[in-house]
Amino acid sequence: MKAAVLSFPGSNCDADLLWAIRDICGEEAEMVAANHTDLSGFDLVLVPGGFSYGDYLRSGAIAKFAPVMTALKAFADAGGYVIGICNGFQILTEAGLLPGALQWNQSLQFICEPEPLVVANNQTAFSTAYRADQTITLPIAHGEGNYYADPATLAALEANGQVVFRYAHNPNGSLNDIAGVTNARGNVLGMMPHPERAVEALLGGTDGLGVFQSLIHATKGATTVAAN
Amino acid sequence: MLQTEMSPETIRVKKPYLDWGLTEAEYDRYAELLGRLPNYTEIGLASGMWSEHCAYKFSKPVLKGFWTKNDRVLMGPGEGAGVIDIGEGKAVVFKAESHNHPSAVEPYEGAATGVGGIIRDIFSIGAKPIAVLDSLAFGSPTDPRTKQLIDQVVAGIGGYGNAIGIPTVGGEIRFADSYAKNPLVNAMCVGVMDKAKIQKGKAAGVGNALIYVGAKTGRDGINGASFASAEFSDEAAADRSAVQVGDPFMEKLLMDACLEVTDRHQAALVGMQDMGAAGLVSSTVEMADKSDSGMVLDLDLIPQREPHMTPFEIMLSESQERMMLCVRAGSEDQIIALFKEYDLDAVVCGHVEAGHRYRLLHHGEVVCDVPVSALTSDAPVYHQASQQPARLAHPAADFVPAVPDALATLKQLLADPNVADKAFLYQRYDAQVQTNTCVTPGSDAGVVRVRGTHRALAMTTDSNGRYLYLDPEVGGAITVAEATRNLVVSGAEPLGITDCLNYGDPTKPEIFYELAESAKGITAATKVFNTPVISGNVSLYNETNGVAIYPTPMIGMVGLIEDLTTITTQDFKQVGEGVYVIGATGADFNGSLLQQVLTGGVAGTLMPLDLAAEKAKQDLVLQAIRAHLVSAAHDVADGGLLVALAEMSFGRGIGLKATVDLPAAQLFSETQGRFILTVPAAHQAAFEAMAGAAATHIGTTEAGTLKVTATDQTIEAPVAALKQINMEGLSCQLK
Repeated sequence: MKAAVLSFPGSNCDADLLWAIRDICGEEAEMVAANHTDLSGFDLVLVPGGFSYGDYLRSGAIAKFAPVMTALKAFADAGGYVIGICNGFQILTEAGLLPGALQWNQSLQFICEPEPLVVANNQTAFSTAYRADQTITLPIAHGEGNYYADPATLAALEANGQVVFRYAHNPNGSLNDIAGVTNARGNVLGMMPHPERAVEALLGGTDGLGVFQSLIHATKGATTVAAN
Repeated sequence: MLQTEMSPETIRVKKPYLDWGLTEAEYDRYAELLGRLPNYTEIGLASGMWSEHCAYKFSKPVLKGFWTKNDRVLMGPGEGAGVIDIGEGKAVVFKAESHNHPSAVEPYEGAATGVGGIIRDIFSIGAKPIAVLDSLAFGSPTDPRTKQLIDQVVAGIGGYGNAIGIPTVGGEIRFADSYAKNPLVNAMCVGVMDKAKIQKGKAAGVGNALIYVGAKTGRDGINGASFASAEFSDEAAADRSAVQVGDPFMEKLLMDACLEVTDRHQAALVGMQDMGAAGLVSSTVEMADKSDSGMVLDLDLIPQREPHMTPFEIMLSESQERMMLCVRAGSEDQIIALFKEYDLDAVVCGHVEAGHRYRLLHHGEVVCDVPVSALTSDAPVYHQASQQPARLAHPAADFVPAVPDALATLKQLLADPNVADKAFLYQRYDAQVQTNTCVTPGSDAGVVRVRGTHRALAMTTDSNGRYLYLDPEVGGAITVAEATRNLVVSGAEPLGITDCLNYGDPTKPEIFYELAESAKGITAATKVFNTPVISGNVSLYNETNGVAIYPTPMIGMVGLIEDLTTITTQDFKQVGEGVYVIGATGADFNGSLLQQVLTGGVAGTLMPLDLAAEKAKQDLVLQAIRAHLVSAAHDVADGGLLVALAEMSFGRGIGLKATVDLPAAQLFSETQGRFILTVPAAHQAAFEAMAGAAATHIGTTEAGTLKVTATDQTIEAPVAALKQINMEGLSCQLK
């Protein structure tokens, strides 16, 4: 399995994702700068957390124009697995790869804390390593993680089983307690909590490993997706 | 639009420099060093470089007394930050800096740029910043102005640190009325690097290029160093233009680019320094001074945000996110190309020259031509008069508290803002980015793993103005001891210190006495604990309307954990474990939190500190932790033994049942040198054999309830109820 970790100017969780995949999961991973236009040869693309382009204007609003985003869209359209974490989730919604939007937390403050989540659907490529309804704890660290979608979209998400993770104690005001959601096809996931921060007992827990293990399993079952 | 500057003769007569913090005598001294009257630009440079912030003209005689070197120190004070060897080819780099004045005026940007500035100091050495800590002090949280200050300072620290991607892993927030109009905002940054790659701020080698990189220079923060070296008063309107605005996105790019230079372009780089206080002038002239070089800068080449900036403004602007590099002649293009990759401005703006002149060109004219030393080593140094403050000559009688209901007193202290839980503030900081944080804020020290080694670093910031107010020397030593305790209970061997010395107006003999005496105490303690001072800064003039803050040296300390399995936290881990106290308890209430809470202030003679005994106890604690005998460890600090036991209960809701041979009042005594450890049953025999008479078994951890029997009272309460009081103590006041 070969993963691409996108790196936008201002991304700051890119190295953490690289560490999680390479050093903890033992899989191949490469950093791909935002000005690259080719994602061929990768089985998985990760869009990291941070403050892309300073998150000035609005989180993810500038990143969606980065050259790599065209390649990312093609990769996703071809069925490739994409996961956006935190700022990555924001970027994916801004780019239209995922439904909904992330607003300021209800408290209007940045929140960093371990957050219990319920695995709402363990039948996705991102969650098969978990049991149905399993409660896991992953750190959150965001100011704009309050998930919003219009009622029709929300109903469709629920009906299609696109909600993968829900907060057990909603920290930010997200509708339907949504912490992680996929596109209709099920190959693109966005989530605000940070699984890459929960892959070592030394750092407080390993509940995040399941996301990466699920993806590794899913990609090894598929053939390499050729972008473009 | 052309601005007309005063002529040298007009400056002599009209004395504009008085408004910039220079005295007439200093003006005369400067003119003598130049051999002529200084022009407008030249006198402006002196006002920045001769400020306390840059020249340490009042504190230098005190700072010289610090102990700064042991066999592990690779670089001591004088550079951007100090460096200590941590083994396995790695070094730790750290420094703290105050941003008190800017934060009082514009708390968000003041705090944010304080963080940004200290981060630049760390990567200017070539180290990757791995952690930030913040030591804050405010007035009463019931004051509306304080509420706003706290909110905005915390937002500013988070706004910068979270965005740049450096975890905030610890710090402290203290409260006393003396900080009401002079809040303290001290930020510390810790970095790690290969010890072979240490950079210095040098500009050597005639013909080598000076390359300006980063943000453009604007009219923000003009002469901020002088601003930071003056007092506030109600009459003078707050000088907002002297506060800078931070851009963490720009700094992230700058940091990544500069670290790429130090990692991969060592051969091209001569030196690098950040542009902090007194901006362009201080960075460049200090680089020239350290290399005994001359220098010429062409100000027309400096990237500028606004048109028509004068040389005075360009040189004294404190625009953020700028660095100065000295690069070998011939390597300029390679370095500039690297910065262009990050979309950053990088321009050759000057060169190293033969001789020892500092020359500035602007529109083809020489606007400054002074000896480098006139701005650096020839700055005045004052040996101030020192006089013991009257309150210290005649201390009040010992405070004897009445504690008829120790449980009620415990609740009162748990709700005091100094002790109250601050998680609701710390959770506004990203504590885990970079995925190395082993212990997040809330325990005694933050602990961060060092990638590529089997080691971790523990770090803490500590201050206690209440103690210093009663005895600057002993209080200074206690502050160092408190920091070492916080590291030792986390399983770390203390390595060294950075400090922010926060005091009032040093030209007052009583204030200078506080500064000098506390430095003595700090020095004595650093020698015993083997923790040299490797960096730091001084913040004087923390006065409003003539009233100074408590003398408050902030000690930032880093310790080394050589075995990741010995990282220890303060929470009780399991029921049924033995609870031990190391260190005897006496009736030490002068300066205590209890005295502060019951009487609204502190008075009396401060309790002593026995440094040798303290060191022996710390060695024992560390030895027991390293032998894997200890499951939780905590030092006894603000509020005394009972507060410390309650704090250990909160993490997992596990309490204890204990009996102490003390009157209940002494459960709130702040006798120095005390620790609480828990030891699993299986290790108790080994621990008792190791500790001997030094440790007293007081009880056992129990589910859900805290019960302590003193000689005259029994204190018993559900842990959950106490925790709620502790959690609401500050958070409810700030709503």
